[in-house]
Amino acid sequence: MTVKDIFESMDYGPAPESNVEALAWIKGHGGIAGPFINGAWGPLRDDFDSTNPATGKKLAGVTQTTADEVGSAVKAARKAQPAWAKDGERRARVLYAVARGLQKNSRLLAVMESMDNGKPIREARDIDVPLAIRHFYHHAGFAQLMKEELPDREPLGVCGQIIPWNFPLLMLAWKIAPALAMGNTVVLKPAEYTSLTAMIFAEICDQAGVPKGVVNIVTGDGRVGEMIVASDVDKIAFTGSTAVGRKIREATAGSGKALSLELGGKSPYIVFDDADLDSAVEGLVDAIWFNQGQVCCAGSRLLVQEGVADRFYTKLKARMEKLRIGDPLDKSIDVGAIVDPAQLKSITDMIAANTEGEMFQTTAPEGCFYPPTLITGLHTASPLMQEEIFGPVLVSTTFRTPAEAVQMANDTRYGLAATLWTENINLALGIAPKLVAGIVWINGTNMMDAAAGFGGVRESGFGREGGWEGLAGYTKPKTTPKPIQKIDCFTGSGGLSDPIDRTAKLYIGGKQARPDGGYSRIVYGPKGAALGEVPLANRKDLRNSVEAAHGAKSWSGTTGHLRAQILYYLAENLSVRATEFEARIKSMTGKSGAAEVQTALSTLFTYAAWADKYDGQVHGVPIRGVALAMKEPVGVIGALCPDDGPLSGLVATLASALAMGNRVVLAASEPYPLAATDFIQVLETSDIPAGVVNILTGSHAEIAPHMGSHMDIDAVWNFSSSPLQEIIEASSASNLKRTLTAAQPLGAKDMLAAASEVKNIWVPYGE
Amino acid sequence: MEHTLAPAQLPQLHLPRNPGMPLDLDWVARVQANTSAIERRAASLPARRSVKKAYQAAWLLKAATCIDLTTLSGDDTAGRVRRLCAKARQPVRADILGQLGMGPITTGAVCVYHDMIGTAVDALQGSGIPVAAVSTGFPAGLSPFALRVAEIEESAKAGAREIDIVISRRHVLTQNWQALYDEMRAFRAACGDAHVKAILATGELGSLRNVARASVICMMAGADFIKTSTGKESVNATLPVSLVMIRAIRDYFDATGHHIGYKPAGGISKAKDAITYLALIKEELGPRWLQPDLFRFGASSLLNDIERQLEHHVTGAYSASYRHPMG
Repeated sequence: MTVKDIFESMDYGPAPESNVEALAWIKGHGGIAGPFINGAWGPLRDDFDSTNPATGKKLAGVTQTTADEVGSAVKAARKAQPAWAKDGERRARVLYAVARGLQKNSRLLAVMESMDNGKPIREARDIDVPLAIRHFYHHAGFAQLMKEELPDREPLGVCGQIIPWNFPLLMLAWKIAPALAMGNTVVLKPAEYTSLTAMIFAEICDQAGVPKGVVNIVTGDGRVGEMIVASDVDKIAFTGSTAVGRKIREATAGSGKALSLELGGKSPYIVFDDADLDSAVEGLVDAIWFNQGQVCCAGSRLLVQEGVADRFYTKLKARMEKLRIGDPLDKSIDVGAIVDPAQLKSITDMIAANTEGEMFQTTAPEGCFYPPTLITGLHTASPLMQEEIFGPVLVSTTFRTPAEAVQMANDTRYGLAATLWTENINLALGIAPKLVAGIVWINGTNMMDAAAGFGGVRESGFGREGGWEGLAGYTKPKTTPKPIQKIDCFTGSGGLSDPIDRTAKLYIGGKQARPDGGYSRIVYGPKGAALGEVPLANRKDLRNSVEAAHGAKSWSGTTGHLRAQILYYLAENLSVRATEFEARIKSMTGKSGAAEVQTALSTLFTYAAWADKYDGQVHGVPIRGVALAMKEPVGVIGALCPDDGPLSGLVATLASALAMGNRVVLAASEPYPLAATDFIQVLETSDIPAGVVNILTGSHAEIAPHMGSHMDIDAVWNFSSSPLQEIIEASSASNLKRTLTAAQPLGAKDMLAAASEVKNIWVPYGE
Repeated sequence: MEHTLAPAQLPQLHLPRNPGMPLDLDWVARVQANTSAIERRAASLPARRSVKKAYQAAWLLKAATCIDLTTLSGDDTAGRVRRLCAKARQPVRADILGQLGMGPITTGAVCVYHDMIGTAVDALQGSGIPVAAVSTGFPAGLSPFALRVAEIEESAKAGAREIDIVISRRHVLTQNWQALYDEMRAFRAACGDAHVKAILATGELGSLRNVARASVICMMAGADFIKTSTGKESVNATLPVSLVMIRAIRDYFDATGHHIGYKPAGGISKAKDAITYLALIKEELGPRWLQPDLFRFGASSLLNDIERQLEHHVTGAYSASYRHPMG
């Protein structure tokens, strides 16, 4: 084309980014990506190929790390950890040096990422790499502040980290920066498609003065991931598919390993009729065509208000026609290559199987590319509205009212992110808390920063990455929990002496209910005296309790002040009956109950105090706007109350959950259940709405697996003295609910953290 | 309508003019402009599109042909205007054009105050370059309405083929949409065959939403072009403002089928910025708007930077201002 021709056509022409340096780097490192263990490379083996999806050409060989090598990596990390944990200020300096090192190699990293993953160079250069750098700067600060600001926390130890291929360097940064900042050491496995930037990173660590063994990288496929999960690490941090996340949950059940999962999504993108439609269309470019739609938080489910739907779709299609798809190393490309032919096939098959709605597609070059696609007119029941596609495919339907938008948005197993567009602040800030998601973006999308937590609810996983809230995932309380001793029920013989039968009942939905199974047991005192009779709850009683708890949803919308008042009122009514409870505890346990009743009263006062004070934060994210880290109730919590401390344990569990607006299904102390059944009367006189607290009695072992697997329970807390951690954690994989196991309720702040989810609501502003 | 000039000389004649439409207040009411989102789009665009080598040269030449070479100073004289007109006839050195394989090009227009129209028309005789005149009590637009209308008529009579009017900002700031529409209607009528560019003075409208509303109303009232600024406000053309205005143009085209031109003015002085503007137009409006009949830069120092970049393209060495004749 001559200048004259171009003057007429005004085409863009090619704008290639050079890959010479990146190719030379690979060559200079033997052409193989392999393990970096204890500060040394190798052994490097060319076990399989890492290809550039845009060209189909081999970039490098990759080593499939062996189990022995993974073992050495964990051992090296274990050895390095105590020294690394010692000095936060030193860690701050090292992490700062890592950030600087990344910055100095930013173009190399961007080009390598683009070649390895297929993402446009613009995105690697302007988004992935700068965010990764920012993460290290930000967490250098956390390392500096840890001693001062988190005096009660200490590192977990060695963290096994498994990351996906969609943002290889960025996910590495999200995993490694907080782990290192808090004094942990790591063994990280990059995805098998994309190991190359991790190699550059390892080299940068070396240059930045990261001590040997603090950062270990092991390459390979999912089998290496399994080796890490099975190894002697203290935590597994995983980002990837929900299916694999579920397997990891099952595999780590009962192991005592901490776990954080950042999984899939089908995030809603809601456009209200008063939105700036052009900007909302442009937002979709960042939502679903960013990184070829291979983004866990992609706004992939478009919900448009009916009155503007036609206009919006017309604008959207016009915008799609302008997307440039092709060579990822071209600076003017919007959509690059799909990471691998296998992923391309998965996308292609899913779309080919769809027979509903109307499909609009632009074109894509030959090879590992998929054209930007919009499918309108789908119904909520369509598989494509439910399943994650993980490609540049947007599916859409319409809604009538804000309430319907919320209903549709939440009609999913996932809960990672949500986007909403409206110019009405009342609508925006009214809807955001109602969306079931870890992140809500108002009038923007895919905004991320190291200062704001990222992570989901429901089957999008648990744990947050980034911000103060992300540090919890890499620290633990300094107190060493005492090991749990099983407390058995006392035995005895003979019936109850009281002439009038006083069989306790279950407390479900504000009513005393007989157990579904029709069985009960006599509770005996330490000397074998029959003290009372309690029902044996079964799975149906649990089911009814959960239904009742969901019926009491409005509790979660009450004010902290109101909840505080009710907790104080509980304390008041408990105090009136203090002597009765003291006697009851004494009769069941043989020990004085006076101190325990006082503890229970004090606990109620503590959580009443916190109810309107456990505030969220406003994060200092680098936009003109705010990221509101709101603390929301987890939802419905099932709890096995401590066997020891039949009253105080019950009260701590109940009060911490209620303070944050949760509803609870409590399994009372198994050996000493009568304090709980007596407490029902206290609850009944204390203005607690029906369904907010439900109390079951009977066998923890009987109820635990059903609590764990119940899809409509959001968290299970296990303070039982029975060995139930494994069954609860394994069964919790059903809906990936959060679980907490401890010998007894934790300190107030830790309980409140367990009782709440942090939702980051991004609100850019300015007229 | 009879046009007196040959189509080759006035590219505007390729498309039918915008006749306007009745004031549609529903449309005005539903206009939205989310500032943060618009700023994000504007910020990411230069990184999303870049043109290199021969493409860059061609795009810069296009930019040169879209310039309204402008002098709007109290000390303008006939000599000054004649020198500017000479530059408009030959905005890029012939040897550079030759090396690029391009024939002669001119700027899009020459833009002057009313009193300089005659001089400019004479100086541009035979070049096909139209003379644009700023009008209606430019830049504040606060002289008596009748005089403002009369000024348009005088300028058209004096040979200006394009009239750059200023709207009454107060009508926007007080939401007096009917008054804004009526004023624009009257200005358009006074222009006769001359094309009318509506200067919104966006830096004085207070919000991007007001910019969007004013854009829509001026188009409804028959503007051929909408233009950002007089160059005299403290904030002139910006990418966010441009995005809002060209999206309004797109909506108007979708609703009526009429192409409205766009002219960012003031503050664009770098070749790189010019390319960003062209890319923005290409992305949001499409390639048809990349011709001087639908796109102009209101600029004076931009041309020199374009010339320097073009010389760099042909020689491989960075250029100096003084190697290119001043305008």
